[in-house]
Amino acid sequence: MSMRSPLGQARGLGSAKDGTHHFWVQRISAVALIPLSLWFVFSVAQLAGGDFYMVRHWVHAPSVAITLVLFVVAALYHSMLGVQVVIEDYIGNEGSKIVALLLNKFLHAIVAVSTIFAVLKVALGS
Amino acid sequence: MSHQPPKGLPSRPMSPFMLGQYYRFQLTSVLSFIHRLTGIGLSFGTLLLAGWLITLAGGPETYGMFAKHLTAWYGQVLLFCWSWALLYHLCNGIRHLGWDIGKGYELKTAYATGYAVVIVSLLLTASVWAVACLK
Repeated sequence: MSMRSPLGQARGLGSAKDGTHHFWVQRISAVALIPLSLWFVFSVAQLAGGDFYMVRHWVHAPSVAITLVLFVVAALYHSMLGVQVVIEDYIGNEGSKIVALLLNKFLHAIVAVSTIFAVLKVALGS
Repeated sequence: MSHQPPKGLPSRPMSPFMLGQYYRFQLTSVLSFIHRLTGIGLSFGTLLLAGWLITLAGGPETYGMFAKHLTAWYGQVLLFCWSWALLYHLCNGIRHLGWDIGKGYELKTAYATGYAVVIVSLLLTASVWAVACLK
């Protein structure tokens, strides 16, 4: 039985047993984003030149609202994982790194929740 | 840019010093840089998506103030860059997924898929804008 604390293991001095989680969820979100991104860009292209009422009508359809929420969740999650790697690669100072990693998670959560709320407000509104 | 060696160490070139002067760029490494750069750009791009949907929820006036900037020339340039960045990252991402399952590591294959990513991402971007313009 190991006498080391979980923090001691996670600091890279031994396996914390979940090192592949980040890698794996980044790939899962990547696969999900292939059809979702293609759907999004081509749908938005068809809305080109449309006014407020046309865009609202589009988001109002349940299938569109659901797919938009899926796209936002997958995109923001994938973005959070990607930015985390960039921070870990380029910020050497331990304190700054921890602050940046926390900010990364909080900001992505704020953007994701606000955007999902907006989609639901439009989709469920009259 | 100056590279001061740590105290007590002789002055030696450090890795960023190699870029441009001694390092010959190859398609594969440049595509890799672009993948990361487009990834960072797309993270900021999600703010564009958020702004679009949040102002849509705010009503016609709020949406109009946002859409005004999107339809202006600088908004269109931004949207064009955004669409290409997304489609490039998507195409090169598929290349990465291939590597993850151990496919495509041969030098010839890595170059062939690299050129394919550049061409397909440009074709996809062109077709998105063709749909938008012919609407």
